[in-house]
Amino acid sequence: MASITLENLAHSYLPNPGTDDDFALKAIDYTWEDRSAYALLGPSGCGKTTLLNIISGLLTPTSGRILFDDKDVTAASTTERNIAQVFQFPVVYDTMTVGENLAFPLRNRKMEANYITERVDRIAQMIGLEADLHKKARGLTADLKQKISLGRGMVRDDVNAILFDEPLTVIDPHLKWELRTQLKSLHQEFGHTMIYVTHDQTEALTFADKVVVMHDGRVLQIGTPKELFETPAHSFVGYFIGSPGMNFVPVSVAGNKAVVDGKTLKLDHDYDDPQGNLQLGIRPEFIRLSKADGLPVRINRIQDVGRHKFVNATLGDTEINIAVDEDTVLETDMTNVVFDRSKISIFSDDWRIDGKATDDAEGRSR
Amino acid sequence: MEKTVNQRAWLLVIPVLILVAFSSIIPMMTVVNYSFQDTFGGNDFFWVGLEWYRELLHSERLWDAFGRQLLFSFIILAIEIPLGILVALSMPKKGISASICLVLMSLPLLIPYNVVGTIWQVFGRADIGLLGRVLSDLGISYNYSQNAFDAWVTVIAMDVWHWTSLVALLSYAGLRSIPNAYYQAAMIDQASRWNVFRYIELPKMRGVLMIAILLRFMDSFMIYTEPFVLTGGGPGNATTFLSIDLVKMALGQFDLGPAAAFSLMYFLVILLISYVFYTVMISIDKSEAQQ
Repeated sequence: MASITLENLAHSYLPNPGTDDDFALKAIDYTWEDRSAYALLGPSGCGKTTLLNIISGLLTPTSGRILFDDKDVTAASTTERNIAQVFQFPVVYDTMTVGENLAFPLRNRKMEANYITERVDRIAQMIGLEADLHKKARGLTADLKQKISLGRGMVRDDVNAILFDEPLTVIDPHLKWELRTQLKSLHQEFGHTMIYVTHDQTEALTFADKVVVMHDGRVLQIGTPKELFETPAHSFVGYFIGSPGMNFVPVSVAGNKAVVDGKTLKLDHDYDDPQGNLQLGIRPEFIRLSKADGLPVRINRIQDVGRHKFVNATLGDTEINIAVDEDTVLETDMTNVVFDRSKISIFSDDWRIDGKATDDAEGRSR
Repeated sequence: MEKTVNQRAWLLVIPVLILVAFSSIIPMMTVVNYSFQDTFGGNDFFWVGLEWYRELLHSERLWDAFGRQLLFSFIILAIEIPLGILVALSMPKKGISASICLVLMSLPLLIPYNVVGTIWQVFGRADIGLLGRVLSDLGISYNYSQNAFDAWVTVIAMDVWHWTSLVALLSYAGLRSIPNAYYQAAMIDQASRWNVFRYIELPKMRGVLMIAILLRFMDSFMIYTEPFVLTGGGPGNATTFLSIDLVKMALGQFDLGPAAAFSLMYFLVILLISYVFYTVMISIDKSEAQQ
């Protein structure tokens, strides 16, 4: 087990990268702490898998260094790095039994027979395949095959890190939950450093201690699920995390006053005189409908998703979503919205800006 | 929706029936007809029943040819299948060099059987052939027209040269269809090169290899042109395989009845062996999938 340090790491699939656009992974500097569970979250094609393959040694980065603890492993092979990786689609050795599949990484490393049996039994029990150990792997369903892949990733207990590349894509939704829980408990039990790539925010937020949000080859924010939800560092994080994502409305700000759609709002923080293209970000969960207070909106439609309703409305020229509790009665004359002012974020050119806490702030400051 | 019954649709099948009748059924039945009769020319035929079949089954000549044929097919498979896989494994995976390789590999497949025979016949001659001359200058005695072993070596070399490409191309296609993740997983599992071949590449190539084995078996079991061009089945009867023997019987001796019986048995043997091959391979496949 080791911490993983990325030093000014960047990668391009082109032979002679010039501009920033040529890089599939733009320069990143970060240390992944030992024994933590991380999720790499972002839309398809954002560079998650590239980053993962660089860490596992399947790809050599164009520039920068990668260190395990203090050892430079940039040029080291996958074998030397001693990591495990689970891929998006199940990789099983068809001609072997389930047990042989699980034992394969250990046999290749010439472990003792007793140890192998013990580990294989343990892992099989964990992934619920102990009854199938003697079955041939090729006849199994995709679900079970992926369980074998997961098991093979976890069978070695001396690995520096376990990397997961969207491992639950082919798994049925109800099993996803179960497997994710197992992974999480495994992490708590053994304390491996785990890096989990996904484009599913639920998966990322439930699995990881820390979530790394990536977009277009760039790391936008690294933080706990709570931080990502409440104080997104970039408008993309706000938009990508949460369903529906954060609302953004054009705003002009001076000191602790914001002007939205001609109306002035008081803010918790003093932003002085911010420059750039300003937006006010607020999550649907922190907006409330009202009859008289706040900003006037035009209600477009209401969606009932079970636990709560989402109201889609137009504020000025911008569409916003408002989350309303299931048991709240919506009345026809509720045509104003009130923002929870402690949950408002201000973005300048897509990046969040921090203001100074004002005296009458409700306690939250950064 | 109501189904309308229209028996006239059967008329649409007629063209195919006519085609198949003239291309297969009628010629085949003619052969069947011959195999039960004897003739002394002049279009006079006598019914002899199973006489020819009985005679052929006790004919040493036929059994010898059959033995040679089996040995030949076995050697061909034993050389071409592993060699083809080896070639496929060492071919470049992508880029212009892969395309060049593919074209070069396909070239032997485009050469007519007859020409292959002639090329090797000249190539192996001790007086003017490059191979024959070099060998005899090196002091190795090599003469395919007098030495049975040399004739065998030449026919096998010819077939390997001509057809290994087919196995290689099929295997190559099988190899290319393996997703990269398998190799990456093997790297992470620290599998040796042999293990990668044994547990990833070979199982994934199984389907195409079955086809390759079946094709190469059937084709080598029917080999005619190459040994015919090289030595006409000689020296002696050394390279007289079943087809060559059949032609000798039918056209050389003009024994139409025995030759017809021979053809039918030949056909049935190929059918039988191919069927057995196929069922065995399919059932292995199924039983493994079910376990």
